[in-house]
Amino acid sequence: MAKEIAILGAGMHPWGKWGHNFVEYGVAAAREALADAGVSWRDVTFVSGGATVRCGYPGYVAGATFAQALGWQGAEVNTSYAACASGSQALAAARNKILAGECEVALVIGADTTPKGFLAPAKGYRPEDPDWVRFYLGITNPTYFALYARRRMDLYGDTLADFAAVKVKNSLIGSRNPRARYRKCFTAEDVAASAVVADPLRLMDICATSDGGAALIVSSLDYARRIGRGDAPRVAAISTVTPTFASAVVEMPDIATDSAAAAGVEAVSYRASLPKKAYEEAGIGPEDVDLAEVYDLSTALELDWIEDLMLAPRGEAAALLRAGDTALGGRIPVNVSGGLACFGEAVPAQALAQVCELTWQLRGQAGDRQVEGAKVGITANQGLFGHGSSVIVKR
Amino acid sequence: MSGKPQAPAIEGWFTMAAKPHLIGTRCRGCGTYFFPKQSHYCRNPACDSTEFEEVELSRTGHVWSYTNACYKPPEPFIAPEPFEPYAIAAVALEKEQMVILGQVVTGIGVADLKVGMPMELVLEPLHETDEDIKLTWKWQPLAQQAR
Repeated sequence: MAKEIAILGAGMHPWGKWGHNFVEYGVAAAREALADAGVSWRDVTFVSGGATVRCGYPGYVAGATFAQALGWQGAEVNTSYAACASGSQALAAARNKILAGECEVALVIGADTTPKGFLAPAKGYRPEDPDWVRFYLGITNPTYFALYARRRMDLYGDTLADFAAVKVKNSLIGSRNPRARYRKCFTAEDVAASAVVADPLRLMDICATSDGGAALIVSSLDYARRIGRGDAPRVAAISTVTPTFASAVVEMPDIATDSAAAAGVEAVSYRASLPKKAYEEAGIGPEDVDLAEVYDLSTALELDWIEDLMLAPRGEAAALLRAGDTALGGRIPVNVSGGLACFGEAVPAQALAQVCELTWQLRGQAGDRQVEGAKVGITANQGLFGHGSSVIVKR
Repeated sequence: MSGKPQAPAIEGWFTMAAKPHLIGTRCRGCGTYFFPKQSHYCRNPACDSTEFEEVELSRTGHVWSYTNACYKPPEPFIAPEPFEPYAIAAVALEKEQMVILGQVVTGIGVADLKVGMPMELVLEPLHETDEDIKLTWKWQPLAQQAR
């Protein structure tokens, strides 16, 4: 209880391939979040930004870049880079500042402008960089997603139809989200007709990269009560743990796993360890969760996450999906925002976008995407170099 | 293929023999293997050794999973024109207890692969430069040998 902070405001610039400066998206998201919170920009004393590494120096110092764009007013700034978990680490920095009593109201913000096509590494001949090595050898991001998908087919009997059903589910709900980039309802036939990218995954099984921006206004519980917002959704846990040695799953961007010859294989996989710590921190269990926003970099990966979040026993996520349990109106709706399938990934903004969705859901403001009576939501994501996060929001 | 000399795509990562091995290191403290080579600090949290020996890794293993690349990867990958899709396998080495990724030899597609299938390491061209043909390690189904 004592470790909670309030979410007073949430804002997003719609996802798309707009091609504008990322700062524009961040400013739009911040202004929406401030208005939503009913907080003046001058009352924000800490700005915590998720960095983007694709937009030059302003992206490396995103916290300051956004603070300057919104108008220098003397707030302290922070910038966090943690690949896909950047937004969560920026949120954790704000939480720490608030819980330490050094700040009452903080802006947490991330935005990105992404290049076309595959994400590519820095140039040169750099065999000491695993990200460079794997691209040189012809191994892209979809390679890893496909290896995991094939394992699901082999171990659990998941089918291409299951993977397509994830896309159909997410596109149906995402079509109702005005902030989503892709708002067309796709059918299983559409998925099957799309080109194979990395067998067994097709183009429509794999998420795109997008431009977008997301922001949160967070505060101490005391501040929230003072402005009459004591009932605001709260951040109950932020998990940003690293993997543990020896991990048996080959993770982006590595060309090989750890060797377990001496240490033995770690019992809990990295993805599963992220929500585990979040549940422990929040003092709740998977049975308490009303909805989840997970990183569906691929359709098959959504099924992995459902099991990692312990919302289904290992190997049974597809059964949950087939029963309609993960759709809106089901027992445990997953990705009612439309997920990455409808948004595409805007790296430093994506983990915050997940929290924005939970905020609106827990307030009952999600319109025709609303999960009835939602009180507890969880996010999960994972990116390069042992970065990942899981955030629990409750009301 | 031209008569250019052959050279490793990445120097020191594998032997250039007819039956090639990947070159890794083994921690003298705890026995953990590393590929790519790790020679300065052991990444096992229970070990603080800084002593390593270079070792040739097992050249056979079993398929952990597999896929293919149907689209041309971005740089630094150098693709032939026209681009030809290739299969990729993640192969588990028993002794080292690790999984290593690599392309699968030309001519073998995903339809020819299965999880658990025995594989062996071979060398094949990755791309050509003005001076030489750059070779890399690839995985090949062990049964191929018999043909």
